[in-house]
Amino acid sequence: MAYDKFTTLTSSAVPLPIENIDTDQIIPARFLKAVERKGFGDNLFRDWRYDKSNQPIADFPLNQAKYSGEILVGGKNFGSGSSREHAAWAIYDYGFRVVVSSFFADIFQGNALNNGILPVVVSPEFLEKIFAAIGADNNAQFEVDLQNQKFTIKATGESADFTINPYKKHCLTHGLDDIDYLISMKEEIAAFEK
Amino acid sequence: MEAKTLFDKIWDSHVVKEVEGGPSVIYIDRHFIHEVTSPVAFLGLEKRGAKVLRPEKTVATPDHNVPTIDQHLSIKDELSRNQVEMLKKNCAKHGIVYHGLGTEGHGVVHIIGPEMGITQPGMTIVCGDSHTSTHGAFGAIAFGIGTSEVEMVLASQCIMQPKPKKMLISVNGKLNKGVTAKDIALYVIAQISTSGGTGHFVEFAGSAIESLTMEGRMTLCNMSIECGARGGMIAPDQTTFDYVKGREFAPKGEAWDKTLAYWKTLKSDADAVFDTVYEFDAANIEPMITFGTNPGMGIGISKNVPTSAGLIGNDKLTYEKSLKYMGYTEGDKMVGKQIDYVFVGSCTNGRIEDFRAFAQFVKGKKKADNVTAWIVPGSRAVEKQIIAEGLVEILNEAGFELRQPGCSACLAMNDDKIPEGKYSVSTSNRNFEGRQGPGARTLLASPLTAAAAAVTGKITDPREFL
Ligand code: SF4
Repeated sequence: MAYDKFTTLTSSAVPLPIENIDTDQIIPARFLKAVERKGFGDNLFRDWRYDKSNQPIADFPLNQAKYSGEILVGGKNFGSGSSREHAAWAIYDYGFRVVVSSFFADIFQGNALNNGILPVVVSPEFLEKIFAAIGADNNAQFEVDLQNQKFTIKATGESADFTINPYKKHCLTHGLDDIDYLISMKEEIAAFEK
Repeated sequence: MEAKTLFDKIWDSHVVKEVEGGPSVIYIDRHFIHEVTSPVAFLGLEKRGAKVLRPEKTVATPDHNVPTIDQHLSIKDELSRNQVEMLKKNCAKHGIVYHGLGTEGHGVVHIIGPEMGITQPGMTIVCGDSHTSTHGAFGAIAFGIGTSEVEMVLASQCIMQPKPKKMLISVNGKLNKGVTAKDIALYVIAQISTSGGTGHFVEFAGSAIESLTMEGRMTLCNMSIECGARGGMIAPDQTTFDYVKGREFAPKGEAWDKTLAYWKTLKSDADAVFDTVYEFDAANIEPMITFGTNPGMGIGISKNVPTSAGLIGNDKLTYEKSLKYMGYTEGDKMVGKQIDYVFVGSCTNGRIEDFRAFAQFVKGKKKADNVTAWIVPGSRAVEKQIIAEGLVEILNEAGFELRQPGCSACLAMNDDKIPEGKYSVSTSNRNFEGRQGPGARTLLASPLTAAAAAVTGKITDPREFL
């Protein structure tokens, strides 16, 4: 699936200091009935964002005007549960390009990377610092530098290095996906089958 | 020669190419698809002008969305019907075998694969569904993938994956009375947490594991994903070979002998090295039940809800949020709590042995008046077997009705939704907030524990009746 290239991003961030945020929360199953990849952002965190009568729940961070930005910061073990790629689509569609946590579930991490979202893993201590920075200033700016694999809290200048597979980094930087690459391997695959 | 684990042996023989600084290109032997995670993959394929490379290696069935009553009628919910029809259309267009609603081969995708003998030892198997790990019970590498990867497999019969780390979980000793594979799974996840297996592929071993039937092994491997692992597997043995032999797609005649010889080599070498090792004693496991909102929040049924003492910061907040959702208080006794619904089914516990255990338990008893029960076979074949064995009569007499196959209340994408605030003892695999319907409260347990709750109307230790 085509997505925009990613190089660096400077943005404020939305905090979600909850652990084990599973994909059923990111996008509840009843919203998986589409046959196209459209409009998933509206249902991102649906049951945390809206009450039964579809009224926004005031204290949920996505509903608070003071929080904004293209970076989502979540508690540890983000994205556990179902393999639904709709979770990544919903996050991208809503407008996030980076998700930061101290720990990601495997399938979610892969799905994010396949959809132009950069998952940034930082230490639990650094994660606390990010939450603290947002707490001190809701508009605190963060810089995500993919080339140098660095995440910086602009206000304090503190930064953390993050790792990313070099191949995936290349894909993200150039907006490429695996599928074209695999299709180009046709002959090698045919040879393997023998 | 370097000692290898079971995982290494299968993985290494499926590497088409190692990408520099990147993941490996892995060849996929079997690909299952269903209606929810495949439509966008087919769309993507068409946009690229690509074809399905090996249609004969993909098998399709609609399961997530389908109603579990009146399956002969057209699906009422328009969006669900559209998804199911789209799958059918895509399969027809690309030459993929499709097991439609009401046909002999229909069922939850992870139930029909093993049933037909499509799932075999030594294979690589994927599906756009995390519980693909179920197939690992046969000594296969089986794991869930996202929709982009579904598209990759359709287009190239390969996916790109970094090689995971390897974990060994041994459970030794004799299982206690009333303890099933489901209880082993919930126990292990409670011990190592829902992220304990992240980055790893698990091999289960030990005498307690070997003593499990194929169906029990499927239940265990099914739940391996809930500890965060990519998947779980068990080395194939005589139990495995006996199960596969004679099934529709199993090798026959000479081919069987040849394949069997290969399957017998599929085990970890004695000196193979695992990145992480856990050992558990079967004697410590009792029937389990969950009290919170992730599968790691499980305890022995005789225990009380743990306190948050020792938790700090976000851990404590998350724990409190979870108990609040469940309407439970720290220190509460689990046994005796009122319940409202019982769901028996899903790819975790929707096979014939699960319904036998449930039926045997409720035989001669009556469903409690305060309980609504949904008894949902995992497949058409399971449904037919339930009828053939006379279990329906036992169920009916005890006040239970049999529904038709599908995922049902496991994820509540169809009409089988648990109402807000209600408690559901469920044999499925996830107790996340809202998993069984907005506001629903899920208590994961084995079919035995579900049966005990169904006849008493409250959380009950099944051992009282055994
Ligand atoms: S039964 Fe539940 S876990 Fe299994 S495939 Fe269906 S929805 Fe997924």
